[in-house]
Amino acid sequence: MQINEATVKKIAKLARIKVTDQETKSLEGELSSILSWVEQLNEVDTDDVEPLTSVVETTMKKREDVVTDGGYAQRVTKNAPLSEDNFFVVPKVVE
Amino acid sequence: MPDLLDLSIAEAREGLDNGDFSAKEYTESHLKEIESANKALNAFILETPEKALEMAAKSDDRMAKGETGLLEGIPLGIKDLFCTDGVRTTACSHILDGFEPPYESTVTENLWNAGAVMLGKLNLDEFAMGSSNETSHYGEVVNPWRRDGDEAKLVPGGSSGGSASAVAAHLCAAATATDTGGSIRQPAAFTGTVGLKPTYGRVSRWGTIAFASSLDQAGPITRTVEDAALMLQVMASHDPKDTTSVDVAVPDYRKEMEGKVKGMTLGIPKEYRVDGLSEEIEALWQQGIEWYKDAGAKIVEVSLPHTKYALPAYYIVAPAEASSNLARYDGVKYGLRVEGDSIDGMYENTRAEGFGAEVKRRILMGTYVLSAGYYDAYYLKAQKVRTRIKQDFDEAFKNVDVMLTPTTPSPAFAMGEKSGDPLEMYLNDIFTVTVNMAGLPGISVPAGMSKSGLPLGLQLIGKPFDEGTLLKAGQVIEQAAGELPKPTKWWA
Repeated sequence: MQINEATVKKIAKLARIKVTDQETKSLEGELSSILSWVEQLNEVDTDDVEPLTSVVETTMKKREDVVTDGGYAQRVTKNAPLSEDNFFVVPKVVE
Repeated sequence: MPDLLDLSIAEAREGLDNGDFSAKEYTESHLKEIESANKALNAFILETPEKALEMAAKSDDRMAKGETGLLEGIPLGIKDLFCTDGVRTTACSHILDGFEPPYESTVTENLWNAGAVMLGKLNLDEFAMGSSNETSHYGEVVNPWRRDGDEAKLVPGGSSGGSASAVAAHLCAAATATDTGGSIRQPAAFTGTVGLKPTYGRVSRWGTIAFASSLDQAGPITRTVEDAALMLQVMASHDPKDTTSVDVAVPDYRKEMEGKVKGMTLGIPKEYRVDGLSEEIEALWQQGIEWYKDAGAKIVEVSLPHTKYALPAYYIVAPAEASSNLARYDGVKYGLRVEGDSIDGMYENTRAEGFGAEVKRRILMGTYVLSAGYYDAYYLKAQKVRTRIKQDFDEAFKNVDVMLTPTTPSPAFAMGEKSGDPLEMYLNDIFTVTVNMAGLPGISVPAGMSKSGLPLGLQLIGKPFDEGTLLKAGQVIEQAAGELPKPTKWWA
């Protein structure tokens, strides 16, 4: 599987990571070689095989739908690079 | 009095109980050693001496009152992937600059409740992505071991390189670590330490920074098998805050590891005899088989036909889950923020500057395999292959109690030797990654030395939740290998 420059730029956009032209170039080669290597998985017969969703057989536990934690907005926003009145501050999104 | 730094946890507990030394003295001796060695090894990225001494003093108070926890007064290093309340936690990434969690991970909480003392936070590959501890934002960790007659710096393995290096150099009594594809066992093998990766779900993942959620599992790195049992005893718990944590009672591991392996059946997976396996690794493996024969175990060959597909499947599953887990680092809630001309610009700039090359590579790989049109061909296919891998183990474990394999295809390598080619680096995990894919427990135990004078490890793989058998069998290697050399203190 060959990945081209446009694809690298597209997935970088999806992943919200800015890449330089030089990074794009080396990623093209690296990702292509990793993808060619994983292609050997096509040799494995997986017809009638369920995908593994849990390594240990368990039934998902349920709990009461109640609030069990919280009420400390100041602690939650304490690490934010920018906050105001216990709110996270982001660049303007709506004009 | 023996050198306090050389004591195992079990021996130190006895010394503390007998009043031979105090928790404060024991902790002070470690702080002093860190002071003199860390510049050379770079194992600790944050030292917390004040906190350590305060915790040790409280430990002494508790012991005076007869309230002695299982790890009372034992000084530990904590991999910087475990969130520690009010103490900087970074996953060794620039993107988590200055993050001070307002909560404690369940694993560390369990350790402090048992009386352990925190010496500081340990270096790792950025977000635990690496096999050599060369991707940390805080610089490489140096292996305390050197090749005979050679001063070249060697890697300690990864991602728990700081944990392995610190335990091997006696900077802490034991350390916490995590294992997604081999990150506990491979560095343990490279440094002559014991590394135990428990069954998936045995140890809570709550408060541990996530890499690949269906594979991540925390465990200890120690200097003896008994110490691994002691650490696991405390780290393991059922935790309602982690839905994948399994509600199975934690057995008394030290009791379970008593007794003989006589009559036990040991499986040797033939697919692990890979092409080009080095002669000394092959010889070590054979030596291990002989030790178990001598101990009265029955040896049978088993087949795990899908072994060769574990690593490629891993490099779809792990990056896919990582790309999702690492989406939270966006410059809004914590850590680094690099402004841009829009909110997207801010996200893109922050993540470009905050993540290192290997982390970016895996996020992009993961984004690609999860993107529209590719999900079935990659992620779904890999998860189906994973079922095949698990079926192999289920089948083989019908006839054997435990399996024996090498831990790594080679001893520790030099810095820079493998960092140029991601695929070559990934091959380090060839013997360890199957265990994560199937969710099984595995342990690496020091078994001998390479021709170049470096430690080598053997790996045991167990049935789900059968860590007791793994520990019992691990002692056979430990006893048969006898006293192995210690690294020379070239840094002193």
